[in-house]
Amino acid sequence: MCLAVPARVLEVRGSKAKVDFGGTVREVDVSLVDVRPGQYVLVHAGFAIQVLDEREAEEILRAWEELLGA
Amino acid sequence: MEVCARFRDPRLAKRLAKKIRALEPGEPVKFCHVCGTHEWTISHYGIRSLLPENVEVVAGPGCPVCITPAALIDAACELALDGVVVATYGDMFRAPGTRGSLYQARAEGADVRVVYSITDAVKMAREEPGRDFVFFAIGFETTAPSTAVEVLRRPPRNLSFLVAHRLIPPAMELLAGMEELAIRGFIAPGHVSTIIGAQPYAIFPERYNMPVVVAGFEPLDVLMAIYMLLRQLKEGVARLENEYTRAVRWEGNLKAKEFMRRAFDVADGAWRGLGVIPNSALELKEALKTHDAVERYGLDPGRSGRDVPPGCRCHEIMIGKAYPTDCPLFLRACRPDRPVGPCMVSVEGTCRIWALEGGWFKG
Repeated sequence: MCLAVPARVLEVRGSKAKVDFGGTVREVDVSLVDVRPGQYVLVHAGFAIQVLDEREAEEILRAWEELLGA
Repeated sequence: MEVCARFRDPRLAKRLAKKIRALEPGEPVKFCHVCGTHEWTISHYGIRSLLPENVEVVAGPGCPVCITPAALIDAACELALDGVVVATYGDMFRAPGTRGSLYQARAEGADVRVVYSITDAVKMAREEPGRDFVFFAIGFETTAPSTAVEVLRRPPRNLSFLVAHRLIPPAMELLAGMEELAIRGFIAPGHVSTIIGAQPYAIFPERYNMPVVVAGFEPLDVLMAIYMLLRQLKEGVARLENEYTRAVRWEGNLKAKEFMRRAFDVADGAWRGLGVIPNSALELKEALKTHDAVERYGLDPGRSGRDVPPGCRCHEIMIGKAYPTDCPLFLRACRPDRPVGPCMVSVEGTCRIWALEGGWFKG
């Protein structure tokens, strides 16, 4: 139930957006977020619940690679 | 997102597992997560097999279908059998009340519809104005904002909501206070936290001296959370940390929280098998009560139902007091193809996950 899937925003129209789940395009509700095309969102039950921070993801992976000596 | 796949990097996972083993705590410790999706990641990727023998990770009450009281399911079934169209999310369909599930109600002729989103239910109600619809709104903070959006959007008059949303931090507090569980740290649920933020978990280090790490759902996320908890134990500190920084901010999703605040009041709420947990439920605000199914149909969801079938140990499994394999019904009377207890029904139920992902169920 609390599963949320990342998708890339293609187009925003009011409270709806077209998003791409790795090839499958669906319309989701974006009332809960401020989002623009090109950004990634987490989608749960038809609603984008948060915008993913790609830079943060890169940074933490870099920090982990350092910690793990990889 | 390309970068997501890197959180499954087996090379990093191997190194992280080695670091975890180096933090072997010298005494048995038990950590608890509170999310069915975390249990899925842990079981699916065999994460328990990577941990030192004295480090246990148990599942708390993190399956929304499992914790929905039988009395509410009974109420939904009665409505459906009375001719109201009941719409709900997938797993709720098969969850048993005391006299059967919505699935069984449909077999008896009721109109029960499974939807992917609450928005689908609103659309159906609009397209069929001559019929009465009830949306059975279950789920934690991840799901509640979507209910808030639709309730505040002036839904059609023929649609009302049976609101069964529950809040995670109060349930964690119940577990933190149960000394016999001896939980030494929490893995906090990442997607609930995208909404509420990390901030609400600050009470656990403060009041219970218990470390918390907010975690995402890729295998590296969960391993990192376990590593961070063990590191805190080793240092003898209790902090709130967030490893899911790509999705969880300290303050959460302010917009979503504002929708929730406008739609709901916080109330005491019953959890299946666990009794009433103070301040753990959402109910519709007074001004929105015209869309409350409880008011509209004079339901009494507060009445007690028999939450757990005889012999079933779901109530202990849901607080990490027992493992599915401790239950006498597990894979005997209660199987994925004919579940008895709620934890075997939902894809987020610990018993079902153990059966299917943990390799216990041989068909």
